Amino acid sequence: MADQPMSIFALAQRGMSAQLVRMNAAASNLSNAGSLARSEGEAYRPLRAVFAQELDARSGLSSVRVTQMMREDTPATSRHEPGHPLADENGNVWVSPVNETAEMVEIMESARHYQNLVEAMQTAKQLMLETMRSS
Amino acid sequence: MSESIFGIHASALELRSQRMGLIASNIANAATPGYKAKDIDFASALAARQSGASRESAMAGATLYRVPVMPSMDGNTVELSTEQMAFAENAVGYSATLSFIKGRAETLSRALKGQ
Repeated sequence: MADQPMSIFALAQRGMSAQLVRMNAAASNLSNAGSLARSEGEAYRPLRAVFAQELDARSGLSSVRVTQMMREDTPATSRHEPGHPLADENGNVWVSPVNETAEMVEIMESARHYQNLVEAMQTAKQLMLETMRSS
Repeated sequence: MSESIFGIHASALELRSQRMGLIASNIANAATPGYKAKDIDFASALAARQSGASRESAMAGATLYRVPVMPSMDGNTVELSTEQMAFAENAVGYSATLSFIKGRAETLSRALKGQ
């Protein structure tokens, strides 16, 4: 696989994998929405996938890969709840700064890109089959 | 050999296939920060190929960056609607070229069979 020029199928597959990583990160963020922590440092921070292009010089195709998973640098909010088991000495608990709407939009956008790739791959596959079929 | 049988259609099909990969790359990188969408000027690539340039140099000479309608904040210039249109147009062009090639091949096979 590595010593062949990249095909359009490999390209679509890599793109789809990258979108899947992004969608999983958003789903993790959603499931941790509203989770509480004892201190600001311990609070859950949203995960983000960082994409970069990966050029295959022999075929001229550029696929995409996930270079790193980053934690978003948003401050956790505190809530005064003295009776809570996780409350600190001031009676505060720290809530994870997850924006549910933003995460849903992230998942929707990711799904759109995924669909687009599937459709491009299907068209390419159909054209290839037509080319191979002798009349 | 294939040049004399299929004429312009042989190089056209090759370039259509290359362009399909290029547009698919744009679609795959629709969410990559800083990615600049590319496309080829098909007419000039075909003209270069007809005048004897190799496939690589014809492609490289006609590859241009797409001018975005509305650039996004992260420097990405892929617009999915534009790419979808280009991909569809290219697929139709590929199909048309392919049917021309099939027609030529059929003509030849009929001549060989003596029908």
